[in-house]
Amino acid sequence: MLHVISALVENKFGAFNRVVTMFSAKGYNIHSISIGETEDPTISRMTIVTEGEDKVIEQIVKQLNRLIDTIKIVDLTYQPKVQRELLLISVGYQKGTRSEIIDICEIFRGNVVDINNKTLMLEITGPPEKIDAAINVLEPYGIKEIARSGLVALRRGEQIRKNKGETETNKPGELK
Amino acid sequence: MNSRKKSMTGADIFFECLRREGVEYIFGYPGGAVLKIYEKLYDIDFLKHILVRHEQGATHMAEGYAKATGKVGVVLVTSGPGATNTVTGIADAYMDSVPIVVFTGQVPTHLIGNDAFQEADICGITRPITKHNFLVRDVSELATTIKQAFYIASTGRPGPVVVDLPKNVINSITEFDYPDKIELRGYKPRVHGNQNQIKKAAMMIQKSKRPLLYVGGGVIMSGGHRELYLLAKENNLPVTMTLQGLGAFPGSDPQSLGMLGMHGTYWANQAVNNCDLLISLGARFDDRVTGKIETFATKAYKIHVDIDPTCIDKNVIVDLPIVGDVKHVMAELAAEISEKPDVTEWWEQIHAWKEECPLEYDMSDGRLRAQYIIEKLSDLTKGDAIVVTDVGQHQMWVAQYYKFNYPRTHITSGGLGTMGFALPASIGVAFAVKDKPILCITGDGGFQMNMQELATAAYHKLPIKIFIINNSFLGMVRQWQELFHAEKYSFTDLSDSNPDFVKLAEAFDIKAYSVSNISDVEPVLKEALSYNEGPILVDFRVVKEDMVFPIVPAGASISDMIIRRLDPKEMM
Ligand SMILES: Cc1ncc(C[n+]2csc(CCOP(=O)(O)OP(=O)(O)O)c2C)c(N)n1
Ligand SMILES: [Mg+2]
Repeated sequence: MLHVISALVENKFGAFNRVVTMFSAKGYNIHSISIGETEDPTISRMTIVTEGEDKVIEQIVKQLNRLIDTIKIVDLTYQPKVQRELLLISVGYQKGTRSEIIDICEIFRGNVVDINNKTLMLEITGPPEKIDAAINVLEPYGIKEIARSGLVALRRGEQIRKNKGETETNKPGELK
Repeated sequence: MNSRKKSMTGADIFFECLRREGVEYIFGYPGGAVLKIYEKLYDIDFLKHILVRHEQGATHMAEGYAKATGKVGVVLVTSGPGATNTVTGIADAYMDSVPIVVFTGQVPTHLIGNDAFQEADICGITRPITKHNFLVRDVSELATTIKQAFYIASTGRPGPVVVDLPKNVINSITEFDYPDKIELRGYKPRVHGNQNQIKKAAMMIQKSKRPLLYVGGGVIMSGGHRELYLLAKENNLPVTMTLQGLGAFPGSDPQSLGMLGMHGTYWANQAVNNCDLLISLGARFDDRVTGKIETFATKAYKIHVDIDPTCIDKNVIVDLPIVGDVKHVMAELAAEISEKPDVTEWWEQIHAWKEECPLEYDMSDGRLRAQYIIEKLSDLTKGDAIVVTDVGQHQMWVAQYYKFNYPRTHITSGGLGTMGFALPASIGVAFAVKDKPILCITGDGGFQMNMQELATAAYHKLPIKIFIINNSFLGMVRQWQELFHAEKYSFTDLSDSNPDFVKLAEAFDIKAYSVSNISDVEPVLKEALSYNEGPILVDFRVVKEDMVFPIVPAGASISDMIIRRLDPKEMM
């Protein structure tokens, strides 16, 4: 099963490498990995999608924690979260299919970001299932190239509702 | 405190940091990238630089020093080949959790990545075999980095740290500022065991009928041998130790079952198989200990105390994990136990196993055997020498027949199993320990892997006693070939190619003997033990075909242990 692990790491030389080296040294596989600066410029967030049984994932989290350059590791898999991936996809078109492709793009709330006389490039964001669906639907038109950013994810904030002066904490919903 | 900061070169900062860390010895070898450091070294007298003959030797010396003292061992080498020569020693230190800091020279920062002369990406190479490593990119980071390196190497679960020093960093000038304290937000090494878990463990001990303490090197590293002794003695608990755990509990105490695992004693392994409570203390359920995981201690409720959470549930799933410093956990555990467990029957059973299959060897053919020499040494030194071993049969015989009574007296390469470890490691020990005999027990094969360090030992007149258990074979491999590989003795016979070890020693001006007769063993050992003017080497010509028994074949269940070589008569 796929797990989404969010790791806060020192934003410095070699930290990313250490994480990747740990995965290869221990024989764990990486489905996707993304990294970028956070609200604190000395810290980066890595979002790692990896596969394995719960026992393996537990070891991965511990091994990540053991690295000196990692600050906080959370397995987001069973947590309420927002997850997004960015897809750039270049699709071939002919007379007549161009508007169909643009329609599809709109359904996925994407944007057309490039066009020439043979291909259209679309930009679509969403959770990985949506990206998979978009690729699936666009397949018959002739996909030329695909770039996926890998997943980024954040835990949802707690929903706090004020009710007759008292505060009630609800479990965060699975809003998309 | 000095409020005005001083401008210093990188090289000066380097030594000032080592001085503040209390470094006594550096094991090193010079070269282009570290010339500036060696220039300063020439005039430094607060620490001693030991010139080795190969950088691998330096790393094992640092390990020996660290294992014997608990202090950080320090290595200094040049870039490129100097750095890559340290890789085996770093991997060894990583596997056995030995605190060493290895300083490697590096080409100037502007040349990094250019395939410059003697450039090697040592940080890249050592990333998977270090606890952490640093490339110092600016002299302003140097002091903090060195402080962090020592801190990381020596705290928590110890391990090797590499600090890569580009030449221009060493040559540049900055204001010196040594931090008093280190705060690393991603590293919190001090852990106390969970109180509820400890209470629960204490209850389990009270209730158990067949408890067993399974003790690893972590107990020695944490300095917890006294806590272990009290816990075991007060509750009359049997103690078995891993290779790295030997010495944590006195080997001559009746409660010691000796070593467990592949070459463990029959009774220790039977105890593991039949215990109802297994308490692992600073050990990691290594495959050499467990054999086939599915059949390991199946009847036992398992408690695992370790400072490193990654060790827990890695190989064997346990019932009660306690993450924490084992020394403190043992003390708290002992304090929580209010009622001693009833272990009378359990001890009777263990004694029966011990009588059923004692450790034994047969001297009736009048030929010299390793086990005999080691037993003699154990008696003569009363288990109070520092014994450094290499890797192979002799290593296992020492583990079986030498009764280690004190922590930090058994020093060997366990996790990586690095042949060539013993000689340089015993040299490192000899710089640290002056009040006990230092025995380097090595194989004829392994000795030749770092024998260049005889020069280091001779030059410093170190009183190490080098005992080569010379069976003219890569004995341990020969044993596997005999038992599991159709007796094809493929490339393990050294009898036609071994050098004359006595002449070899003499070339270094080292006193040496060769012994083939049983009757010569004791007098020669006595002479060696009383000779302290420098190293002494004895080439013991022992039987070629002896095997280490018992043996649990790799991957087999502990109960499939082979006790002795089948007598051809028995086979009929
Ligand atoms: C560097 C290295 N190479 C190879 C091995 C594999 N190996 C393990 S034991 C052994 C034989 C050691 O022979 P010797 O040093 O003569 O010791 P003996 O077993 O004969 O006591 C070998 C080759 C190893 N452990 N380390
Ligand atoms: Mg040999």
